[in-house]
Amino acid sequence: MALQMGTQARTDMRMAIEARSAAVHLGGRTVWQGLDVAVGEGQFVAVLGPNGVGKSTLIKAILGLIPLSAGSLTVLGGHPGERNPEIGYLPQRRTFDAGLRVRGVDVVRLGLDGDRWGLPLPKRRADVDDRVAAVIDLVDAGAYANRPIGQVSGGEQQRLLIAQALVRKPAMLLLDEPLDSLDLPNQAAVAALVARICRDQGVTVVMVAHDVNPILSYLDHVVYLAPGEAVSGDPETVITSQTLTRLFRTPIEVLRTSDGRLVVVGQPEPPAYHADRHQH
Amino acid sequence: MALAADAHLSWNLAEDMRQLFAFHFMVNAYRAGTIVAVVAAVVGWFMVLRRQAFAGHTLALVGFPGAAGATWLGVSALWGFFGFCLAAALCIAGLRPADGHGYSEESAGIGVVQAFALACGFLFVSLYHGFLNGVNSLLFGSFLGVTDNQVVVLLIVGAGVLAAVAGMARPLLFASLDPDVAAARGVPVRRLSVLFLVLLGVTVAGVSQITGSLLVFALLVMPPATAQLLTPRPALALVVATAISVVVTWLALAVAYFFPPSPIGFFLTTFAFAGYVGAAAFRRASDRRRSLAAAA
Repeated sequence: MALQMGTQARTDMRMAIEARSAAVHLGGRTVWQGLDVAVGEGQFVAVLGPNGVGKSTLIKAILGLIPLSAGSLTVLGGHPGERNPEIGYLPQRRTFDAGLRVRGVDVVRLGLDGDRWGLPLPKRRADVDDRVAAVIDLVDAGAYANRPIGQVSGGEQQRLLIAQALVRKPAMLLLDEPLDSLDLPNQAAVAALVARICRDQGVTVVMVAHDVNPILSYLDHVVYLAPGEAVSGDPETVITSQTLTRLFRTPIEVLRTSDGRLVVVGQPEPPAYHADRHQH
Repeated sequence: MALAADAHLSWNLAEDMRQLFAFHFMVNAYRAGTIVAVVAAVVGWFMVLRRQAFAGHTLALVGFPGAAGATWLGVSALWGFFGFCLAAALCIAGLRPADGHGYSEESAGIGVVQAFALACGFLFVSLYHGFLNGVNSLLFGSFLGVTDNQVVVLLIVGAGVLAAVAGMARPLLFASLDPDVAAARGVPVRRLSVLFLVLLGVTVAGVSQITGSLLVFALLVMPPATAQLLTPRPALALVVATAISVVVTWLALAVAYFFPPSPIGFFLTTFAFAGYVGAAAFRRASDRRRSLAAAA
């Protein structure tokens, strides 16, 4: 079953991601089904929902790493996987070992030329240096980019990894729980950074998140995945006490703060979902 | 060693050098040692980064039954080393779980290969009576009796390994640090990992010629680990590792020559270890200086 809201209004906008009744089965289990999504270019989208509902699976389906079992999915106007060179991808929970003695700037650089065979040519090398320096500037990582990446903090590593995902000037960024394992100030800072990149560089951002609150004020579109159901649309339409309570079968309140921001209380994060489902 | 017994270390460096290269076997030892040192440093740097030291050591131990078997059959030990190390590399790659890029899952399979290989080595040694002197040099290294032919083989193989590593340097680094993103960018992560194991096998077979099966880490781990402590820049670290590896090999060969009957493997390992300890002390001091500067 699917609900589709607020997607008709944007027919003039070019679509970055379009899904129609999409479903994925993995190991005999339906991960999600009936997913209808329409994301315009340059929008900031959040993929939300409790653990184990297949948020990462959706990201992998967008990358063409996991095939759909039903429905259709168009990514940047092509089949999933076809436009991957234009997509910057940041997988879930990547931390580098504290003993890893490779600089942050080298990890960022690999995002640009890590798939090139042979030795770098001197002339090309200068261009690569410029681009890497520019993207490190963009995420304000200049102060620690030359230190071994294992020795910088989680928030700093996350910025460097976002820089790596951005270094090829992608049309789309797929960020899988980039705020996970960050403290609150860092969550807010990284969320603001991603929103700024989305706005200034015109990059479509798809962010998988646990907690909607740090990013809620920046979102153009949300996709809520729940066991057996998927809802997508404008935050104003989808993020209501009524919809979320029905979706997660648990009381959830959406409050409006005095400055007009939405806050979701009673996150769909009951331990029951942790215990019997595992994300793949 | 009877020939080298005439050598005397003096304060005249030129005279020492003349003595060192007076015999052809020493010239060949230096040629082979230099080739092996360069290749070991480069491949070893990637091995340390990929945390595949266990695989590297197993491949080295597999060289022992290879060489013992070859000697028993009356073939050059060099072919035994290369043949067995290559076969073991493919075995380890094959035993690895298809979907896992975690190296920990790999270790059980590697252990299986290692135990079997050592047992085979013991069998071949038992079959070949009067082999006992040779076992020492197979295990702990020797620089005597490297033939012109072996130098040529090592040179060709070494050049091939270096060319392959140069060709795949960036994708291999990417796949080693960041397999998920590398795969999403179209880097053939799994095929690279098989290819790297094969290159590691070939390298280890070559290094074993000088260091013996048990002491390959003297060149394969110590110089790269030392270089990693000294610099976090990949290109510079490769250069530093190569320099350390070559200097250590040259020094060890000279000392082993001038002070017979001292074992080459001991000096190689000792010099490399001294370098590592020095680098670790430098690292600690410089980290402390940085944290003090940050606190101030």
